[in-house]
Amino acid sequence: MSPIQMKINVAVTGLNATDNPGPGIPVIRCLKADKGLDVRIIGLSYETMEPGIYLHDFVDKTYQIPYPSAGKDSLLERIKYIHAVEKIDLIIPNFDAELYSFIRMVDDLKAIGIATFLPTLKQYEDRHKNVLFEYGVKHGIQVPKSKAIFSVDEISGLSREFTYPMVVKGKFYEAYIAYTSEQVHTYYHKLNAKWGLPIIIQQFIQGNEYNVAALGDGEGNTIGAIPMRKLVLTDKGKAWAGVSLEEKGLMDMTRKLIKETKWKSGLELEIMKDQSGQYFLLEINPRFPAWIYFTAGVGQNLPAALARMAMGEKVMPYTDYQVGKMFIRYSMDHICDISEFDKITTLGEL
Amino acid sequence: MSQLKIKSSIAISETGFLFMPNTGDSFSVNPIGVEIIDLLRQGKSEKEVKKTILSKYEIDDATLEKDYDDFLNQLKQHNVADTDEN
Repeated sequence: MSPIQMKINVAVTGLNATDNPGPGIPVIRCLKADKGLDVRIIGLSYETMEPGIYLHDFVDKTYQIPYPSAGKDSLLERIKYIHAVEKIDLIIPNFDAELYSFIRMVDDLKAIGIATFLPTLKQYEDRHKNVLFEYGVKHGIQVPKSKAIFSVDEISGLSREFTYPMVVKGKFYEAYIAYTSEQVHTYYHKLNAKWGLPIIIQQFIQGNEYNVAALGDGEGNTIGAIPMRKLVLTDKGKAWAGVSLEEKGLMDMTRKLIKETKWKSGLELEIMKDQSGQYFLLEINPRFPAWIYFTAGVGQNLPAALARMAMGEKVMPYTDYQVGKMFIRYSMDHICDISEFDKITTLGEL
Repeated sequence: MSQLKIKSSIAISETGFLFMPNTGDSFSVNPIGVEIIDLLRQGKSEKEVKKTILSKYEIDDATLEKDYDDFLNQLKQHNVADTDEN
């Protein structure tokens, strides 16, 4: 059965195509790569210097939206205004920090005719870093021992439960390896200032890290999954180049997790393989990663499959992809008039 | 007797670029290394591989022995090859 041809207006966040990129532009590239989809892209931005705002080959129109801290109601009001103008068919949010608000809005959005394809609130909260260890135990997936701490007073007691080095992680982003309790203190304060509490302490696993981008249909089926190893990292630990792999252990863990949890939406798994060959799940990112265009490049266009499922199409799981394909990022200067910056700054739309 | 077996999933180009699809690791192998890997993939025994190399290149037995062992150890160390116990 050939894919359905459809014309849709898709609103996308994560237009920060910087050296620490959001997944928005890659998701848009995937949608545009599906020749059966005639998409108009509505960019949703938080800041005026998100490069995607100015990239009109990818984004047809951009609207500023309120930060997640402003709460669900103000975000919903803004979306309703944008919807009145643009007739949005589907919203694909791409930031961890905004997902909570969007998930809580799913029914409100549906009521005004906007589709989403998001995990349930329970699915979203169960895989949080601070409860990932318990999540692993529940679903029979190996996760390094971890613990959420809410006060510096807890640091001195960590050596009774963990051995150094240990990994100190922020609630949403960033992780550091600490070799001493002094370093744990330093990273605690740094991450607390940026992302708030709790701080997550995780047992360090020596080995190689792998990533899997995948899509679950909400009924336990894996629609697609691509394992990748980062070949070049930025100073923030983000992939600047990577290669597609064929590794049964990574695929087995991904399929098991999606089946067990009936995960609905895109996700990225961060997995460590230790020197004895055991796999440990380090993190579940509840959205597509910034390297998601690579999945389309190797034969599985996961964002397009998500869009099709969100619009009610029955999508068959992908069964194949190309192994040994590589991606490498590049940076480029985009030239535009200052009047564009003026418009997005003063009017909140461009 | 044990025979070294190159893992079937390993991809190696004519120029000696060796890619391991399960880990993403890649290595560069020189032309004689490529030849040895090709011979091992054809199922040749250690004795046959050495005989081929000795007949094609100007090298004495002792040096070949040492370099061959060293190369095979590297293949095992990097999980490019396994020892197949017959």
